[in-house]
Amino acid sequence: MPDFVLVLLTGLAWVLMLIGCVFVVAGGVGLLRLPDLYTRLHAAGVTDTGSTIFMLLGMVIIALVEYQNPWIAAKLILILFFTLFTTPTCSHALAKIALLSGLVPIDENGKPILASPKLAKKMALSRKPKEGFEADDEGDNSNKDGAS
Amino acid sequence: MFVAAVLALLATMVLTIVRALLGPTLYDRLSAVNSFGTKIMLFIAVFGFLTGRPEFLDIALVYSLINFVATVAVLKFYEYDDLGSGAYQEDDY
Repeated sequence: MPDFVLVLLTGLAWVLMLIGCVFVVAGGVGLLRLPDLYTRLHAAGVTDTGSTIFMLLGMVIIALVEYQNPWIAAKLILILFFTLFTTPTCSHALAKIALLSGLVPIDENGKPILASPKLAKKMALSRKPKEGFEADDEGDNSNKDGAS
Repeated sequence: MFVAAVLALLATMVLTIVRALLGPTLYDRLSAVNSFGTKIMLFIAVFGFLTGRPEFLDIALVYSLINFVATVAVLKFYEYDDLGSGAYQEDDY
């Protein structure tokens, strides 16, 4: 390969790694400062996936250009593949079980969006989003939703 | 470049540990631990490149998989008090 292509690829790898660094630090700050479990889970999950994508792609370019070893690049892509499956699955399981255990999400004013932990459990078990769960606990919203 | 990545990862690991120690609920701690595991996986990979020996990538691969299995196992254990239980149990609802 000509020289300027190598320089260009190395620069691209630098840029990707730096974007990954920004994602990582933003995720850490978000995990520390956001007010509620679900928002923190958003910060952690999104930046874990994003930073992994950018950093591993940067390292793939370095492995191909500098080390010229396709096996290293293959291993990095394998790590990327597994991480793209496992991180969102972990976030989903955490959010679902937190809701199932009765942890109510809060809105932007810091007030809980549901009346009771029991409603949160009900919301976790239904396949529909929030609507219909602000009403009374005993209202059979699930039947109406299922019929329509 | 790799030094910057290592420093960013180390700083974020400190923030994540602070959240894991502070976290009001169990799930905060678990999400912090899961995030910390992802950071360690990235750290192993970047550190291998920093020292010029990318053979550490196997360890990073195994670490990412074990991190996932461990998080799901701990979640399941705390929810059902049992790692062997199957579906949602009747007396929960």
